[in-house]
Amino acid sequence: MTGRLEATLRTRIDGGGKCLVPYITGGYPGWADSVRACAANGADAIEIGIPFSDPVMDGPVIQKASQIALEAGATPVSIFQEIRTLDVGIPLAVMCYYNTVFHAGHERFASDLVAAGVSAAIVPDLPLEEAGDWCTAADAAGIETVMLAAPTAPDNRLPRVAERARGFVYSVGLLGVTGERAELALTATILAARVKKITNKPVLIGVGVSNALQAVEASRVADGVIMGASVVNRMMDGGSEAVGLFVAEVRAALDGATW
Amino acid sequence: MSILQTPGSDGRFGEFGGRYVPETLVPACQELEAAFADAWNDPLFRADLDQLLREYAGRPSMITECHNLSEQLGIRLFLKREDLNHTGSHKINNVLGQVLLAKRMGKKRIVAETGAGQHGVASATAAALLGLECKVYMGEVDIARQELNVFRMRLLGSEVEAVTSGSRTLKDAVNEAMRDWVASVETTHYCLGSVMGPHPYPFMVRQFHRVIGDEAFVQMNDATGTSPDFVVACVGGGSNAMGIFSGFIDTPARLIGVEPAGGAAVSRGQPGVVHGMKSFLMQDEYGQVAEAHSISAGLDYPGVGPEHSYLASIGRAEYPTVTDDEVIAGFQLMSRSEGIIPALECAHAMAWISREAKNMQGKTVLMNLSGRGDKDVGQMMSILKDLT
Repeated sequence: MTGRLEATLRTRIDGGGKCLVPYITGGYPGWADSVRACAANGADAIEIGIPFSDPVMDGPVIQKASQIALEAGATPVSIFQEIRTLDVGIPLAVMCYYNTVFHAGHERFASDLVAAGVSAAIVPDLPLEEAGDWCTAADAAGIETVMLAAPTAPDNRLPRVAERARGFVYSVGLLGVTGERAELALTATILAARVKKITNKPVLIGVGVSNALQAVEASRVADGVIMGASVVNRMMDGGSEAVGLFVAEVRAALDGATW
Repeated sequence: MSILQTPGSDGRFGEFGGRYVPETLVPACQELEAAFADAWNDPLFRADLDQLLREYAGRPSMITECHNLSEQLGIRLFLKREDLNHTGSHKINNVLGQVLLAKRMGKKRIVAETGAGQHGVASATAAALLGLECKVYMGEVDIARQELNVFRMRLLGSEVEAVTSGSRTLKDAVNEAMRDWVASVETTHYCLGSVMGPHPYPFMVRQFHRVIGDEAFVQMNDATGTSPDFVVACVGGGSNAMGIFSGFIDTPARLIGVEPAGGAAVSRGQPGVVHGMKSFLMQDEYGQVAEAHSISAGLDYPGVGPEHSYLASIGRAEYPTVTDDEVIAGFQLMSRSEGIIPALECAHAMAWISREAKNMQGKTVLMNLSGRGDKDVGQMMSILKDLT
């Protein structure tokens, strides 16, 4: 059964458009307003980060936002409570590290997500071989688990990753952690093209997609983009207003491009 | 059947271990697993490694019977002298193995994390010897505690980068080394310094360190005609302890891994997942990893290697704790009684032995003296002010 996240992205893709999924660090002071600003300015779905003490996939920007959120007292429970009140009308995915899930317990975490109205989960330190127990619980609860495809994956691994993915396949844009880069890495479109070849699920490029130009460039191959550090940077510098302006700019670039 | 496990491809010791890493690193871990298995079974690789351990590191390390402490404590105490290895600790065993393996895999560069600096110095040493580029990540707090080791690493031609995130100690240095590896995996080997991390590291690092226990088993037999009653080692990540435990795991010896009270993953932690492994972990009610607090930078780690969690779960090894004050007393006790200044890490083992000697009267105790204390002298000068 196709979940809400995949169905929403599918609608955008089938209409000839490209998907835009901004990332916001949950629990950062004022984060809920930034989520609303994303939704109001053309995001198709929003990824909400649950801050973790040891975020190994994140670069300095998201590390900093996570640390500030933790120091402000953010917990998974407080973030879920606030998510319940968001009412933004588009699917939400949480991005969290596996110990947050494991510590809560797979079934409980899945039902917490359902109760909060979250559609999907992205767990970047839970690779295919370790994902079984979580995926079973998530599937049963109707939570879509997005899987990551990495540039280092050999050809025989990608189909298994894509097969297990729900919502979309997260095509990792480069060898490295989250953060803004001056240019879109060559690996980004090469990998997305490899993934597109072996799946009909939506394929979005994330990590190292830093501005409207790069979003368009990535979307020439992929079905859209996830934008993290560039959005979080704007949230930390200029609050929800800056986030809204940026998301609108990227949306306009994606809508204005010819594919 | 031996209690010493050879994990399958899932990297499990019982329920512990595994490989919880970003997708980008999965192929690298699989490649390393295969390369290690191939090398370990290759007599030429083993001969190269044995030669380095013998002619460069100075193995075998001897055992020393501590007559003065034995008399004071009413036990028969032996030390396994890993402090006498080149670079001053057991860390060189693992590093020579991994760097030799990295070269065999065609890697040009290694990255490493370090707490007290012992693993960083050993990595920098092996990289200098075998001609690889080396970058060491070290928490800002530890850099301040261990400036001599920082200078040593730079002298050996390595780059040392201060880690300013999180608690700015060992756990954050591991995070930063992993982030580097995610970006550089095609040319770089992550030279992890303990029996922790994603599979195959806990298994591989233990295999590189089991030389400690294998030697000690023979040496203790030669010296006493039997195995010791107790085998005692300090535990941060747990590499020196797994090394010496390996030699005695199938004997009746009680295996004691001494953790700092402020970094007691086994006795105060719960199962959790960080740094690529499932193991006992100090964490809060939401699974945020706690910051460890220990007088010794090398043990300032909230987790522990998964094989220790396994040995604890089946009751084969015990993991008591000692306080910083007991460690300071243990540090002085060994220095004054035996003329051996131990690393603060090993002073944890000494502290436990001294505290528990009353319950071990007449027993034979083997302690792994995994490192020398020169690196800690500066820090101890500020604590033992009456001596300055």
